[in-house]
Amino acid sequence: MQPTDTRDPDYYHRVVDCQWACPAHTDVPEYIRLIAQGRYSDAYMVNRESNVFPGILGRVCDRPCEPACRRGRVEEKPVAICRLKRVAADLRDDIRPRLPRAPSVRNGKRIACIGAGPASLTVANDLVPLGYEVLIFERYTRTGGLMRTNIPSFRLPAEVLDEEIGYVLDMGAELRLGEPVDSLKRLLDEGGFDAVFVGTGAPTGKDLVLPGRDGSDRIHIGIAWLESVAFGHTKKIGDNVLIIGVGNTAMDCCRTSLRLGATSVKVVARKPRGFFKASQWELEDAEEESVEILVNHAPRSFLIEDGRLRGMVFDRMEYEVDAGRIVAERVTGQVTLPCDDVILAIGQENAFPWIERDIGIEFNRWGAPSVDETTFQATRPEVFFGGDAAFGPKNIIWAVEHGHQAAISIHRYCQGLPVGERPPRGVKLQSRKMGMHEWSYKNDYNPSERRLVPQVGLKERFRQLNIEVELGFDADAAATEVQRCLNCDIQTVFEAKLCIECDACIDICPTDCLTITRDGPREELETRLKAPRRNPEQGLYVSSALKQTGRVMVKDEDLCVHCGLCAERCPTNAWDMQKSWIDIPHAEDEATCPSGTSRKSA
Amino acid sequence: MRVTKPRIVPPGAPRNELGMTRRDYEGGMSTLCAGCGHDSVTAAIVQACFELSLPPQSVAKLSGIGCSSKTTAYFVAGAHGFNGVHGRMPAIAAGASAANRKLRYIGVSGDGDSLSIGLGQLGHAIRRNMNMLYMLENNGVYGLTKGQFSASADMGSRSKKGEKNQNEPIDPVLLALSLGATFVARSFSGDKEQLVPLIKAGLTHRGFGLIDVLSPCVTFNDHEGSTKSYAYVREHQQAAIAADYVEPRREITVSYAEGEAVSVEMHDGSNVLLRKLDRDYDPTDRAKALAYVQERVQRNEYVTGMIYLGEGRSHFHDRHNTPDEPLNSIPYEKLCPGSAGLAGILSGFR
Repeated sequence: MQPTDTRDPDYYHRVVDCQWACPAHTDVPEYIRLIAQGRYSDAYMVNRESNVFPGILGRVCDRPCEPACRRGRVEEKPVAICRLKRVAADLRDDIRPRLPRAPSVRNGKRIACIGAGPASLTVANDLVPLGYEVLIFERYTRTGGLMRTNIPSFRLPAEVLDEEIGYVLDMGAELRLGEPVDSLKRLLDEGGFDAVFVGTGAPTGKDLVLPGRDGSDRIHIGIAWLESVAFGHTKKIGDNVLIIGVGNTAMDCCRTSLRLGATSVKVVARKPRGFFKASQWELEDAEEESVEILVNHAPRSFLIEDGRLRGMVFDRMEYEVDAGRIVAERVTGQVTLPCDDVILAIGQENAFPWIERDIGIEFNRWGAPSVDETTFQATRPEVFFGGDAAFGPKNIIWAVEHGHQAAISIHRYCQGLPVGERPPRGVKLQSRKMGMHEWSYKNDYNPSERRLVPQVGLKERFRQLNIEVELGFDADAAATEVQRCLNCDIQTVFEAKLCIECDACIDICPTDCLTITRDGPREELETRLKAPRRNPEQGLYVSSALKQTGRVMVKDEDLCVHCGLCAERCPTNAWDMQKSWIDIPHAEDEATCPSGTSRKSA
Repeated sequence: MRVTKPRIVPPGAPRNELGMTRRDYEGGMSTLCAGCGHDSVTAAIVQACFELSLPPQSVAKLSGIGCSSKTTAYFVAGAHGFNGVHGRMPAIAAGASAANRKLRYIGVSGDGDSLSIGLGQLGHAIRRNMNMLYMLENNGVYGLTKGQFSASADMGSRSKKGEKNQNEPIDPVLLALSLGATFVARSFSGDKEQLVPLIKAGLTHRGFGLIDVLSPCVTFNDHEGSTKSYAYVREHQQAAIAADYVEPRREITVSYAEGEAVSVEMHDGSNVLLRKLDRDYDPTDRAKALAYVQERVQRNEYVTGMIYLGEGRSHFHDRHNTPDEPLNSIPYEKLCPGSAGLAGILSGFR
């Protein structure tokens, strides 16, 4: 086999499963170690570099990192990465002095961001310190976009939003609240902007057109209803509420209903469990609040009597599931569920009635703009899209990453550089060896189980809409939870020419992830590993030929727990434990920062 | 950083007939030098005991003094163990074995413990055909006292400081063959594919099983000019016979051309399948084996593999008619002859 090229920045990056899974590639193990050292502000800044809103995301991130976490492969539950992010945010000191500001002399380029959600704010965060004049247009009177209107305040308090959005605005971005952009053409023609970023989200909830739909005003569209609650327009709901759909918006709708006076809330799903879109933890939180989740009910019609909504009629469904896929379905009967209100939470779309179709911005046949997946550039070169506006609904952390990438593109576009040429990723390695049996990281495997986040009691939390349910870890719980991290960023780095094939590493490895064997074609070689290969998605390191026998050292990255014993027991330092820094470029890496302070040096 | 092996059992880790994982056969953390061959021997013993599904309490580990003799602490934590004085491990084994023949005795010793201070003990253990597996971790050097030549150091081999060894070596394999051992093997710590089946066969053999394991001392004898370094052994080992251990009631499924392989049935119904890597070699003929090894030694070659296997010879317990049950489970009345009985025995000697 061709020896593995570990200079490829992606190789060691993939080993850090959480960082690889994070759309913004947050350096998770690094900030977890900083929390372990009590350096909460530093941990916050490491987060902020990638994900801009650690306090917000520490509460409501979709957490793609957690299912990826290596810890989940050696025991049941991954490290509570998201909750630790919140610890860094909760326990930090005032970090404002560490944030960059707009330079006194701007670079003369003006950028318009449409919508004050996470994508636009990230663009501002990245470009303002470089000297760009960034104007954010927001149709509502408050910032945050869907983070504020769609996520209830009992999950994400307004103060947290205000503070972290404030950081970006205080750098020197200009905010135009209550100023919707009605015509992109006019903005482009008359605004005098060098580039325009569209971060307007996916603000349109899907409707369910069934008999009776127009017969009552007690049938609500989920995200519009949540928005109306967030702005204080809706303060009540009936006793019996049905939520249609079982995504995260449905979870927010059912829990909000309980806080507005509903006594019985049912979430009705068309499909069985396992096909739900909601995150597992959001389902758990809702069920803990006594929300009933009904499966296999397909909506058929709304039951309207005397102009009043009385209930909803459903088909009872039966599914044949094969290998996790539905292969057949049939209707076994009908059932009517009585209710006072129905909330439809079956999805959302982006919508651009304010973008003229004749200004050089192409739309596909589903009404979505044609956007380059790498540069986020539209077919009109000075227009960029990001967040849900670009490719439909995703989540906050994706919106942030879109913002970062769009900021790079906007910078390159404004500087007359080819937008398609992206700054390369890199990887830096540094040994953690201090001396005999001395390594500058804590490798000891801590068998503690995942800590539970304390929550406000089940009575107390319903007293008011904005009582935050999760209290977050205290310093003690955090101190235990951080020790569960396996330090995947402390890489096992092998130097083939130093190896004497003594087998010490093979013998000591607690997971049998190492093998010395004769070289061969990949598929055949994989059958000769000491522990069978379970996960072909994961990296397989193959060294160059070893000196004494010409065999090769093979490491299955899937199994490694980064205990460092291979390096500890290696007599020749052929194995070393080295911290990897994956260099994820941002707009500031493309420019010399005129304000003098860089986010990364902070 | 702590040097402890995390207790992680990966999901899907193989389990043996007793439901135990390989890691359940580990012992304490080794404090030998990083890269010591002995740690690989330990790993091979762990692997063999795991594969044989030995209940840990059915194993007794015995050793003397030296780096090698520390290794009994590093495998099968649930086994019985006795760390004796220097070179006297065979005496402990004789006593223990006489008192309880049901245990499997694994003695681990080194070239100093066996070939210098303990040479007399080793010789008589072989003659008596003690029922035990004797692992001799052979590195040609006194590592624990910082690098003097041991009795197995080859003529002309050099110490780390450059001194030349001027004395003839004692070759444990030739010694065992000439003293009538019934199971003689040589292997290399860096070749577990060969070593693990040999250990399994040795643990199944009834009688004295010697495995001379070339186990390089990474600190004091792994340099140019050494004949026991990783590099030298790799270059000069010549496998003559590969021994595959076949469990009882398991069919031998691989077929070999005539003259290529011999199957030897062990007392418990298992088989040791001897595959000839050198066609002229016969591992069941002691005289030929002795001549073959001697001739190869002249050519500076280490013959490895199953060198001689004489299954079915009488051993210590046959010769002394030891009871099947351990002495501690025999009722006192039966165990103690009483005054009259003792007088009778004594009169037999007059």
